This record gives sequence, C-alpha cells and structure tokens, in this order.
Amino acid sequence: MTKFTYTEKQDTRSGFGAGLAELGRTNPNVVALCADLVGSLKMQEFIKENPERFFQVGIAEANMMGIAAGLTIGGKVPFTGTFANFSTGRVYDQIRQSIAYSEKNVKICASHAGLTLGEDGATHQILEDVGMMKMLPNMTVINPCDYNQTKAATIAIAEHHGPVYLRFGRPKMPIFTPADQKFEIGKALKLIEGTDVTIFATGHLVWEAIEAEAALAEQGISAEVINIHTIKPLDVEAILESAAKTGCVVTAEEHQMNGGLGDSVAQTLALNNPTPLEMVAVNDQFGESGTPAQLMKKYGIDAENIIKAVHRVMKRK
Amino acid sequence: MSKPSIQELERIASQVRRDIVRMVHAVNSGHPGGSLGCTDFFVALYFSQMNRKEGFDMDGLNEDIFFLSNGHISPVFYSVLARAGYFEVAELSTFRKLDSRLQGHPATEEGLPGIRIASGSLGQGLSVANGAAQAKKLNGEDNLVYILMGDGELEEGQVWEAAMYAAHHKIDNLIATVDFNGQQIDGPTEEVMSLGDLRGKWEAFGWEVMESNGNDMAEINAGIEKAKSLAGNGKPVMNLMKTEMGFGVDFMVGTHKWHGVAPNVEQLADALGQLEETLGDY
Repeated sequence: MTKFTYTEKQDTRSGFGAGLAELGRTNPNVVALCADLVGSLKMQEFIKENPERFFQVGIAEANMMGIAAGLTIGGKVPFTGTFANFSTGRVYDQIRQSIAYSEKNVKICASHAGLTLGEDGATHQILEDVGMMKMLPNMTVINPCDYNQTKAATIAIAEHHGPVYLRFGRPKMPIFTPADQKFEIGKALKLIEGTDVTIFATGHLVWEAIEAEAALAEQGISAEVINIHTIKPLDVEAILESAAKTGCVVTAEEHQMNGGLGDSVAQTLALNNPTPLEMVAVNDQFGESGTPAQLMKKYGIDAENIIKAVHRVMKRK
Repeated sequence: MSKPSIQELERIASQVRRDIVRMVHAVNSGHPGGSLGCTDFFVALYFSQMNRKEGFDMDGLNEDIFFLSNGHISPVFYSVLARAGYFEVAELSTFRKLDSRLQGHPATEEGLPGIRIASGSLGQGLSVANGAAQAKKLNGEDNLVYILMGDGELEEGQVWEAAMYAAHHKIDNLIATVDFNGQQIDGPTEEVMSLGDLRGKWEAFGWEVMESNGNDMAEINAGIEKAKSLAGNGKPVMNLMKTEMGFGVDFMVGTHKWHGVAPNVEQLADALGQLEETLGDY
C-alpha cells in the first residue's frame, strides 16, 4: 500500500471553495447562500463568477436555512455557508422541519468545525454537530479529511438528491489524498492495510491516524487505517469486515464522544459483532482558546492519543 | 376558465367550514378556530385569485404557489386543496389518523399533492417563501408566491430576519398575508405579547403594506387583487388581513378558546346547522 506523505498543507474550507467554484461552472442549478462569512468560507470565486446565483443573507442563519429550502422549490440546488456552530445548533429546528422532514435538496456546508477553530474558543468550537445532524432522518453527514477530498465531496453532493451536512475546518492540514479522486458518498476508504487493530478516523483525525500508524509499525503493531468520510450512511460492511479481521477497533474524530463517529461504530459493532473498542474523541467537555495543535493534545484527539488507545484496546482482545 | 362569482365562492366556503368542523370532531383534535377564520381567504385564493396549473408538481414552475406557515390550521388547507381537486375529497376522513397523508400539521413526506413544505413549528414559512420567490426570479418566471402567517407567529424572531431579507433583495413577487385575528393559544395577543403597530413595523422593514377584511368574500377578493397590483414594484407586499377566529360558527367566533379544541357531538350539530351543505359532505 502507498505510504502517505504530503508536500503541501491547505485548509479544507478552501477545498470547499474550490469545489463550489467548479460547480458554478458546471451546474447552472447550483446556488449559494452565506450568512456574512464569505471570506471565511472561501466562496469569493463562486460569487465573482456567478453573482446572480449568490444570496447574501446577513447574520440570520435561521432565515438562510428556510430560504435554501424554498430555493429547492423551483429546481435549485442550494449550498449554505457558515460556521459549523451556526449551521447546526443555532438552526436545528429550521433544518429539522424545513429541510430534513420536508426532504429538501439543501447542502449545509459547515466550516470551522471542532477544536481546530483554535483561538476563538468554545463559543465557536462546536463538537456536537455530527451528532445533531446524524440523528435527523433523511440527512447525509460527511466529514472529509483534506483539501482534495473536501473539494471532491463538495462536487459529489451536488449530484446526490437530498439534504447533506458537509463538515470541514479552518486550519491548514496536509494534503495527502489524490487531486483527481472521485468521491463516493457512504464508501469507506481503506488507506493502510493492517492486521492487529483497525483505526476508523474521520476529518482532520485521518492524518493523525496515519501518523499513529507509522509509529505503531515501528513498535511492531500492524494497524489498519480506514477513512470514514461519510458518517451517515455508515459503511457498515467495511466496518464489520475490518473489525472481524483485526479483532479490535479505535475510532478517532474531532467531536464529542457522545453522538460522533465512535458512537455509530460502537452501535454497528454491538448490534452485529461485539468487538473491543476505544474512542479518541472529546469527552463531554467544551473546548477553549489555544492553537489547534495545543487543543488537540490537551483534549486528547491527536496521534499520540490514538497510539495510547491502540495499546489499551489491544489488551482487551 | 371563468372566475367563480362571489356567491359561488361563498357557497364553497360554507362547504369548507363544514369539512373543518367535521374533520376536527372526528378525531377530537385539531385547530378549528384559525381554520374557520381563514376559510374565506383560502377559498378566494385557490378558486379565484391564484394562477394555478392543473395537477401538482413540487417545483411549481410557471404557476403561482402558496405556503402555509401557521401549519396548525391544516384543516382549512386540506379541505380547500381537496375541493380544488388536488386529491379526493373522501381522503379528508383520514385527517390526523394513522397512515394518513393528512398529518396533524402539513407535511411533504407522505406526498400529499398541494403541500410543498412541512410547517407547524412557527416562523419558518416566510423564509421558505423568500427562497421560492427568488427561484422564480432566477427561472425568469413572473408568477407570484403567496404565504400566510398567523399574527401570534410574528412573535418568532425568524419572521423579522425574513422580513429584512425580502426588502433588501427586493423580492416583489411575494405577497405575504397575516391572519390578523388578535388571538393566540394563551389569550388575546395584546395580553400575551402585544404586536404594537404592525403596519408601522412592516413599513419600517421596507414592505408595501395594505390592510384588508378577511371575512367578507367580496372584500377579500378586492384585497388580494390590490395586493397583486402592488407586486412587481421593487418591494414585497404585506396584506394585514383582519379576521375573526371561528368565523361562521356563532359560538366559536372571536375567542382563542377554540384555537385547538374540537366540538363535541352537540356542538358539531349546532355548527353544521349554521353551515349549508353546498357541495356534499365527504
């Protein structure tokens, strides 16, 4: 299998911006909305090229979700852009009634998710968004891992009919997936083959899992790394197959333990094939101000904590 | 197709009111008060004023479309949709029952023709109407988007986000109507949360504002026609429509007490005695 390396770092939100700009050129039904965060969401290119298909909503996220639902009536494919916090918790009922229950083809694009938002602190560092969104019937939940994958996912969700929550972040992260990838919703990607333990990771934690795997290999532990970019619908088959092979599992994500990827994997395993599992996630706490690296270390969601979780779970086999 | 006369519209409205009280009585739940108060408006809109296509498709291209934001008055919406031919009148008997397309509050999930958005949680409809109206503009259509809200519903903050947006974006193919009956669940709006100068508020938000009578068929039609004449001038249109909750059934008129209460057997008989059966009960 390929060893993963990188030469460039870029933020996943820029991947979203690039994907949206490409959609602007290829799909005349794609429209975009933003609640006063055009620069943060990297939407400028789409807006410059398609001013008539962009709607500035101002600081009014509830209204934005309703407008997006309305735009689908008439055949548009709306992409909403704001921070993950304001894309979910602030507007949960609007998404629930006007989008999810009403089965509207809205793409909720959420930047600055998780702790790696950094210095702005816990008011903005949402760690509950995946849980809220995955609980909604009809909702697809996607958390890509790098710039290229976020761009590919942005393009792919326009072709999928139905509401989607697309989660990405602020910091510059290694680009290690191919630029020409085709993104398949709901299809887990096995990045590294292994036999002793499986690490299921999503979003920014995929790179941490890759780093953890290299360190574990030096210790003689063969870890399988699987990128779960789609948390709902979950690739149950891939999870069960790998867990059965390695016999123990670690999940890794930038989210609360409650309601995140770990939750979904645990449910899948418990219902089908109970397997020892450890979760690398934030444990029922709010974040705080700091650099992304400091926060990931303090709240236990970096490569080092994945390695520790692997050691714990292997003892439980 | 020639437009029905005022008299014909009044006859339809009488049947719709019978449907409403029978529907809520049958399941001992639902919201008759607001439904009765808005019956004349719905009948005027669907049978005379809206430019509608035959049949139903979700996108509603090249036709006027309507959204109900205060979804709890679903009985009047369902009755008028059925009487206007969107689905069989007999289906009204399934209202609020298990496996029905006629959910307690309107929903799209079961595919009921005529419904384009779920509503019930208040304050969301004007935002949806904004988006639908802008989609029509993008599509190059000159059709209108109508939306009805309750007056108590204006207490939701999202309504004012949507109001600001519609004026800023010059959404002038949008006609919003407020069912201005002065009542909400806990009592008169002036006691629960006074609405103040509604005309002044909407004008200050940049809307073209008019007032109309919502319980006189001729005046309602004149009101909607006036609203249409105000559309297309760079501003969204607000029709503050005065109604009486429970209108048409003497013991239900003008009180919040029939907001969400169904009539019992005797009360149903009393109500039906006041409403002529004009088109045949479902």
